[in-house]
Amino acid sequence: MNMVASEKKRGRYDAGVLKYKDMGYFDLSYEPKDTDILACFRVTPQDGVDPEEAAAAVAGESSTATWTVVWTDRLTACDKYRAKCYRIEPVPGNPNQWFAYIAYDLDLFEPGSVVNMMASIIGNVFGFKPLKALRLEDLRIPAEYVKTFDGPPTGIVVERERLDKFGRPLLGCTVKPKLGLSGRNYGRVVYEALKGGLDFTKDDENINSQPFMHWRDRFLYCMEAVNKAQAMTGEVKGHYLNVTAATMEEMYERAEFAKELGSVIIMIDLVIGFTAIQSMSKWARKNDMILHLHRAGHSTYTRQKNHGVSFRVIAKWARLAGVDHIHAGTVVGKLEGDPATTRGYYDICRENFNPKRLEHGLFFDQDWAGLRKVMPVASGGIHAGQMHQLLTLLGEDVVLQFGGGTIGHPMGIAAGATANRVALEAMILARNEGRDIMAEGPEILAEAARWCKPLAQALETWKDVTFDYASTDTPDFVPTPTMV
Amino acid sequence: MHITQGTFSFLPPLTDEQIKKQIEYCIAKGWAVNIEFTDDPHPRNTYWEMWGLPMFDLTDAAAVMYELNECRKVYKGRAYIRISAFDSSPGWESLRLSFITDRPDDEPGFDLRREESRGRMQRYSIRAYATERPMGARYGR
Repeated sequence: MNMVASEKKRGRYDAGVLKYKDMGYFDLSYEPKDTDILACFRVTPQDGVDPEEAAAAVAGESSTATWTVVWTDRLTACDKYRAKCYRIEPVPGNPNQWFAYIAYDLDLFEPGSVVNMMASIIGNVFGFKPLKALRLEDLRIPAEYVKTFDGPPTGIVVERERLDKFGRPLLGCTVKPKLGLSGRNYGRVVYEALKGGLDFTKDDENINSQPFMHWRDRFLYCMEAVNKAQAMTGEVKGHYLNVTAATMEEMYERAEFAKELGSVIIMIDLVIGFTAIQSMSKWARKNDMILHLHRAGHSTYTRQKNHGVSFRVIAKWARLAGVDHIHAGTVVGKLEGDPATTRGYYDICRENFNPKRLEHGLFFDQDWAGLRKVMPVASGGIHAGQMHQLLTLLGEDVVLQFGGGTIGHPMGIAAGATANRVALEAMILARNEGRDIMAEGPEILAEAARWCKPLAQALETWKDVTFDYASTDTPDFVPTPTMV
Repeated sequence: MHITQGTFSFLPPLTDEQIKKQIEYCIAKGWAVNIEFTDDPHPRNTYWEMWGLPMFDLTDAAAVMYELNECRKVYKGRAYIRISAFDSSPGWESLRLSFITDRPDDEPGFDLRREESRGRMQRYSIRAYATERPMGARYGR
């Protein structure tokens, strides 16, 4: 680094400043151990900074290094505790960006603590001056470390068993307008949507306890609506009661009240932080509660490719910390989501093993070691007319959330809900019969709309709605020819 | 009232041809197919009565259709009948599909009971009107 003035040969532990590369944080001959945590960073060095030195600095600053040599290193098994950049390669199509692969010994981390992993790997290093920008692209978490986490309190399979709903995506709806409704009016939306055919309704991320609706009112009216809808349909229903609050004490109080009222599910926001998420996960596990995570705030650091933390890392942390639902993108809706990248997030949530797939943004093999699976949630600007696309792109184990696409129906909320449920069941039936739903989707929907008026009206209302914008977060990789 | 449990309850009643196609889909996936019936439609009534054992290693949907028709001979019109498919793959080991094929002639629905508790707290329970009568005598005929 340009701080280093003299190039004369000196001892490793002589006082003064040494290049990170020369301090043991850069070793292309290092072979990562199966138990190491591996990270892939996208490094953009400042002009004139050697990329290898920048990568070594990332390894150093995210593990044991400080800016100068310290003799107290000698009191430790310092080589073991140094993270090592073991591979570096230019990012395809992005001059002056490098993928730096860094290995961390497992003993650098506290068992079962997402927040400790974060404090090291994304701690100080992102503000390091010699870097223009830095992004954590992916992590490989060894099975030995995965096993120290409880993971999702419920998981996809047990959630389905508890709800008695199989063979199709679940349907949800966020209550709109998201702010301003009184408890009594809010519960009306919940009742109509659930009675009409949805499985879940949802508080939005910023519904907590405001002057227009205090949280206890919301909980009481919503549970009246849920129970009444259950009686009207004979199905298990739920409303994600958002327990996000200013303090853990208040969150626990709200969660306890949700439990007393018989709710099957509660909700938290990503902005509460990973310690709070892990605490709520333990509470949910103890109280047989499904835990929904709204990823509020994530786009502040996930969206831009050159700086921040990829959402695939957030999804991995969320699975370890233990949530049952996580918003993971829709591809076709109103929010950011490249199809290949989104596929990578869904695989992280739902598979027991993720093979390395650069085309989906997965830089490492990831073994989940039997950890329960997270149900991804697709929410934001989707409607019944896209059912064939949603099912093809996102698969069966997903919650499809139609907020505007339910409440905005011209014949009312229950009709909107029915339109979505009929579209979904018709599409599943057709897919299972072997029809090519991507090609025949519109025809399958039109057939169902012939006997289901609410569906006909939904298709007519939203027929021209698409959100076609370029994605900002797409994988950078060079396709390699496959060996046959 | 029309209970909407199961994968296809919002569609018009499935024809035998449609049921057979769903069974063929399950068989192609290697899932075991099971026929169950009940006269208690409570959503928390997990364990419906089994019509024989789940059919493992099936190759022909006709075998399930035969058993479904045998079950119908006894219970059609006075119980719910459903078909479910079980996947024993590691990490799943549960149902993959579950849908109602037959319903009682009349579905009287559910009574929502509220018990007022302290504050504004309510305790809710729901009860199928049908289960006010003893098992076996819950639906007409």
